[in-house]
This record gives sequence, structure tokens and C-alpha cells, in this order.
Amino acid sequence: MRRLGAIIVSAMLPVAASVAFADELVKFAVVDDNEIRESLTGKPGNPEEGRKAAANRGLGNCLACHVMPIKEDLQGDVGPDLKGVASRLKESELRLRLVNPKLLNPQTAMPAFYRTDGLNRVRKDMEGKPILTAAQIEDIVAYLLTLKE
Amino acid sequence: MRRPSHIAFALTLAVAGGAAFAQAQSEKDAKYRVGDKYTGYTYADPTTQSMQDDDYVNPGFLWVQEGEKLWSAAEGAAGKSCADCHGKAQESMKAVGALYPKWQEKIGKLENVEQRINQCRADNMKAEPWKWESPALLAMTAYVQLQSRGQPVDVAVEGPVKPHLQNGERLFYMRHGQLDLSCANCHEDNDGKWMRGDHLGQAMANGFPTYRLKEQTLISLQFRLIGCVRDTRAEAYPYGSDEYLDLELYLAHRGKGLPVEAPSVRR
Repeated sequence: MRRLGAIIVSAMLPVAASVAFADELVKFAVVDDNEIRESLTGKPGNPEEGRKAAANRGLGNCLACHVMPIKEDLQGDVGPDLKGVASRLKESELRLRLVNPKLLNPQTAMPAFYRTDGLNRVRKDMEGKPILTAAQIEDIVAYLLTLKE
Repeated sequence: MRRPSHIAFALTLAVAGGAAFAQAQSEKDAKYRVGDKYTGYTYADPTTQSMQDDDYVNPGFLWVQEGEKLWSAAEGAAGKSCADCHGKAQESMKAVGALYPKWQEKIGKLENVEQRINQCRADNMKAEPWKWESPALLAMTAYVQLQSRGQPVDVAVEGPVKPHLQNGERLFYMRHGQLDLSCANCHEDNDGKWMRGDHLGQAMANGFPTYRLKEQTLISLQFRLIGCVRDTRAEAYPYGSDEYLDLELYLAHRGKGLPVEAPSVRR
């Protein structure tokens, strides 16, 4: 019985923690304003999940602005074509561009997908939350790494 | 020998026909282009364009007709209608809408057309204001704006209006929401490009109220601004807020010279 109790407590803790500290992001180190070398989750992402998150309008919605080499209607052309992006950028560079592309270009229209500070009038239900979770960022990084020319 | 000449004749016809069509198309387009400014009409698909072009097909005219009825309907404690003071809208309201939002000296406030209508109801008809986005307010706004159709947008921006214009400009370039987007990010830096299924335009305001196919109703500019701010995942400002009034003024000023296009039809 004691063991079961311990399992329940440990299973509940992360939930409680994520509610209490919803606006606390995983710490990461930026190198040369161009790279984030370590995985935000400490492990590689899942490219299959990443592909789905990239196309999902409520998550990455990368297709809103980027053409991607997948079968989906209505691909935007505000940003560069992502075909072959992994031949142009390293994993650490892709990660930084997802986390906060404004570190490279403050004028860019591209949102910072893993950031909660410095934003204006964020909708109440989104307050303190990044657009994507650390795991979703890693999944999309893993997916983008499959886009080699 | 006959065949080639037939072909040549057919080709000539096709080319001439194509050229005539292209010319008619570009003449229609030209109406909605002034210098480097252009409205959503210019890149709307031909079906949407022809819906707007024909008053008998344009769904916005259902509201216009309703507005015309309301114009001469007495209402409020004073028992007056718009027509009792303003006579024929075709004369008294001609080109008026092209000047809005406009500074009202009496109340020391910038007003858009909707607010002017409601203020007039309160002051002169002693009638209740119509609610934002109510069918009656949309109808009257459409009817009033129609009297300015084709007139170049010409808002005054000097004197007491200047700080409002500056604030509107500030808001246009201010990033909002979790997506951290300003109006300019899409409608100035990237106009002409595609954002998923949407062609990004210049955010011109001369076509409002507009019949939006997506909503299947006539919508006000305020409604669109609320939707746009919400799309950035920001808390929208309320209807008639100073922020949207100033933004409305700035948008009108950016589109100065474009013809009033209300009621326009958009996707």
C-alpha cells in the first residue's frame, strides 16, 4: 500500500508543478545568438509527431507561412521554403529558430514558439504559456532534420 | 490554304477577345488602385468581384435596403426619423462617409460612422443607441456609406486629430499577442504573399461595412479589427475603444485617395 501511495503522489506531482509554474520554461543556453545545442527535453524528438505538429493549425502551423514538402493544401509563402532546410541549417540552429527567431532578426514576423516574456496583451487563456511545449519543439526539430536535399 | 486562314482568324478573335477581357479587367482593377495602394478587390477571385460589382447580386444590399427603410422610420421620444432632418440621404449624406472617422468639436471626440449615427439618435431623436454589430446599425452604416461610394477617402488628420493619428500608427506597428504580430508584419512587410489560404492585403478600410463570405454576413471594420487582434492570440480591445478608433483613422489615412467601396464583398 505504501508503494502504491508513493506512485500516486509522484504521478500527481508533475501535474501540480505544471499548473503552479505554467510560465516557467525549461532553461536553455544560446550560443553565438545562433544555436541552442542541447535538446530542451534532454532527448531527441519524434519526427513523426513533429510532422503532425508542424502542419497542425493550432500548434506549429508552419504551413501558414512556409511551403513544406508534404501533401497539404494551402501552404503559405511568407517565409522560406522548408524543402532541404536540414541541408542548410544544423540541429542547434533549427532549434534556436523555433525557440526564438527574434534573436537573429528582431523584425521577423515569425513568432517565438518557446517564449513567454516580452509579449503584449496575450489572450488570458494563453498567458504564461509558450506556443509549443519543449517536447513539441524537439519533435519539430527532429522532423525538420529529415528534410535534407 | 483555307484552314490556316481560319485558324488565323480564330486566333485573331481569341487574342482580341482575350485582350478586351484583360482590358476590362484592368479597368475595373484600376478603380481600386491608387499609386501603390490597392484594395482587396484587386486580388479577389472573379466570382467575388462580380458579386460586388452587381448591386442586385451583392448581398450587402440586403442591409442597404433595410437601412433605406430605417432612414425614414420615426423612432425615439422626439418622434423623428433621419429623413426629418437630413432629407434625402442621396443628397445630404453624399461623400460624408469618406471623411470618417472625424473629429466632433462639440463632444471633443473622434467618431466613426457608427458612433455618429448613434450620437445623432441620442441627441436629435432621443432614441436608444443601436448595439455594435446589430442588424440595424450595420444597415444604417451600409446605407450611409453607400452614398459615398466612389468618393476618395479623405480623412482630416491635423489639429486635435493628430495625436489620434499618431496613436493609430503606433498601434499599427505594435506587436500583439502570443504570436507577437503587428498589423504591419502581415499587411505591410508581407502584403501580396500567402498566409495559408489567405492572400495578405494592405489592410485597407475603404470597403467597410463589408459582406464577408466566411461570416455570411455584413461586418463592421470594428468587428474585423477585433478578429484580427484575437488571431494574434491577444486580448482584443472592446468595440468603439479609443484604440480601434485611432487605428480606424490611421487605416483610413493610409488608404487616402482610394474610393469608398462599401458595401464590398470579400472572402
